Amino acid sequence: MYFGLSEEQSFFQDNVKKFLEEHATIDNIKHITSGDEKNLSAEIHQGLLNLGINGLLIPEEFGGLGLDLLFAAVVSEALGGGVGPTPFIAPYVMAPTAIKHAGSKTQQENYLSKIVTNEYRFGVGFSEFISKRNDAGITFSDNTLNGRAMFVLDANDATHLLLADEKGQIFVLDAKSANIEIVKLTTVDKTRQYSEVICKNLEAELLENSSNSTNPINEAIDAGRIILAADSLGASQTMINKAVDYAKERKQFGRVIGSFQAVKHMCAEMAADLEPCYALVWHAAHCHDHSPDEARLMACHAKAHVSEMSKGIAKKATEVHGGMGFTDLLGLHYWFKRIGLNRQILGSPELVREEAYKTQI
Amino acid sequence: MDLEYGPEYQDFTKEVESFCEKYRGLSFMDGSNNPLGSSGGSGGPQMSRSEWQKTLIENGYFARSVPKEYGGYGGEADILKSRIIAAEFSKSNTPGAMGGQGIDMLVPTLLEMGTEEQKHAYIKPTLHGEMIWCQGYSEPNAGSDLASLQTKGELVGDEWIINGQKIWTSTAQYSQMCFCLVRTEPDAPKHAGISYLLIPMDNPGIEIRPLVDMTLKAGFNEVFFTDVKIPAGNIVGKRGEGWAVANATLGHERGSLAPPDATMNRVNMLMHLMKEETLDGKPLIEHPIYRDRLMQIQGKVLAQQSHALRLLSAKLNPGADIKIGKMIQKLTGTELRHELEGLAIDVMGEIGTLYEDSPHLKNDGTWQFIYMYFLGLIIGGGTSQIQKNIIAERGLGMPKEPKVEGA
Repeated sequence: MYFGLSEEQSFFQDNVKKFLEEHATIDNIKHITSGDEKNLSAEIHQGLLNLGINGLLIPEEFGGLGLDLLFAAVVSEALGGGVGPTPFIAPYVMAPTAIKHAGSKTQQENYLSKIVTNEYRFGVGFSEFISKRNDAGITFSDNTLNGRAMFVLDANDATHLLLADEKGQIFVLDAKSANIEIVKLTTVDKTRQYSEVICKNLEAELLENSSNSTNPINEAIDAGRIILAADSLGASQTMINKAVDYAKERKQFGRVIGSFQAVKHMCAEMAADLEPCYALVWHAAHCHDHSPDEARLMACHAKAHVSEMSKGIAKKATEVHGGMGFTDLLGLHYWFKRIGLNRQILGSPELVREEAYKTQI
Repeated sequence: MDLEYGPEYQDFTKEVESFCEKYRGLSFMDGSNNPLGSSGGSGGPQMSRSEWQKTLIENGYFARSVPKEYGGYGGEADILKSRIIAAEFSKSNTPGAMGGQGIDMLVPTLLEMGTEEQKHAYIKPTLHGEMIWCQGYSEPNAGSDLASLQTKGELVGDEWIINGQKIWTSTAQYSQMCFCLVRTEPDAPKHAGISYLLIPMDNPGIEIRPLVDMTLKAGFNEVFFTDVKIPAGNIVGKRGEGWAVANATLGHERGSLAPPDATMNRVNMLMHLMKEETLDGKPLIEHPIYRDRLMQIQGKVLAQQSHALRLLSAKLNPGADIKIGKMIQKLTGTELRHELEGLAIDVMGEIGTLYEDSPHLKNDGTWQFIYMYFLGLIIGGGTSQIQKNIIAERGLGMPKEPKVEGA
């Protein structure tokens, strides 16, 4: 019995961490998020591709590494820890998982092998299946798509998109088509990309096995939720580390503020809240591949629980920094905002807990 | 990640399963209520508690790694087997072994630090449930700052003479013995002046007064020592080393206060209750606000259960970094259990406040009782605030409060 990361997983995670420490410095993040350094962003993405992040979940028969979701989760933890300004969840986790479960053999061959070679990069928009807001939503008839999908993940620079309708049918579409409009949504988190996608009589291909079952789309959503939880886990740990370091240096009333119990207890609470999240995320990722009966419940709870814990940590860690925490200068807000997006994307905690309940009746 | 135990353990699980089947419905001739043990059932075999304790030891289901010469099973410590035993007993409702501070805290301490003579004299009767112990640590003026305790021990000839008062002493009224922290070196710095003494409770200088707590049960006592004389050899470790000896046992206590599997059993029990109880004609579970609160807690308990697996794995595979992981257990486990029991009261509303033998009481009033009882556990054994100091100082390396002169 062994509950934890393998040497390979830790090693891979360390490589991603080191790469981000060198290349995604606060200065670089500032340039990237203010939009004045397009190349920097592409370089970081390329560097991570060189480490092999695009092939993690693709089966070996299509040229990938055929690893399980826990491997992707530890990468996500590193990306959250370093607010990695790069597409990951859509092209390398949700799209491969969706195509693997919803695609016919031919569709799998067509798409999965090209994700590994980086010929295809997918954005993913399943929001309307999870929580349809206002008049958003797409409809499919006569092989064409019409409508609007909101909060499509990693859509800019994508070659293809996967969109879902309310019934959980998944469609592949060409992101460069003339019948598609991709509108950038500006959120508080500028380290990742969110878009609105508008389709007008757009030709689309249905992933065959998604037409009569919601299992395939749920597999992809579960995977995405665990990956978001892992991202928040990494981001929260960084915020705690920064808060503890700051509290050990900053002096007021003639002593370091970390010697005051008011500050110390906030730090202890953050650590106590986060520590069990490691086990929950790893366990949920493990169940996703190895324990189908528990997989949904664990994925929902991992997403909701880590969202709640990291929200509290984001607030407390900022408060420990006092006024500095509130400044743009320090850049702590990149983590705060990343945690904020992870909480809402693919289902806010209340919605996800409701799904957790439904798996038990 | 590999959550399988392996074939050897599958056989062991079957063995424990059939043992539990053999004793299904076991009841105790000496009553089902015992302060240190779980209650028995009915319709199965009958025996005394002490006989049951011996049966468990003979089969290696209790005191597994305690050497035979001290009354244990004499097997190798096997964390997975211990876990399987606990899980199978809980699943089949088989009464477990008696616990209590003698078994949970004194025995491990003696095994680690006791003399050969002490091990022979005390461990076997304690394991067999024939010698019950209480813990004499806290005093009225030494709570969170335990090391400031003032109960005095003076060595006169070949006897210790003990004077002072202890408080929060659970099971003192049933106990034959007390393991006690006593200031024996008044001139030494506070942590270095304490000794760990073993005091027989039938001494005429000992007075026990029950201390009724907010649950209205006398779960604790005050114990007064007036010129209590005990042999000089009734000391564990050397004079002035009592603090280190006690810290070894506090570690044993903190980990065992609120195991997440027990909390998950209560979550399941609450879910069941919420399907039975109705509000405005609808089962409670169909009211979204209550349902969401239940799900929030379920998520927290799942996180703690997964965390417990990680800690278990770290025991099996040394080298994993779990320093903070161990430190948070007492804080998070007791707080969560209190929160869960409180939720059950909230969902029942006025009915949740019923107590003792009231009509309309649900689940024997356990929700209110445990809700209050766990407030006691949040405070006892190092308060939540003390736990946070420990996590911050020893876990995160944050500086201590500056010392106040004279304290």
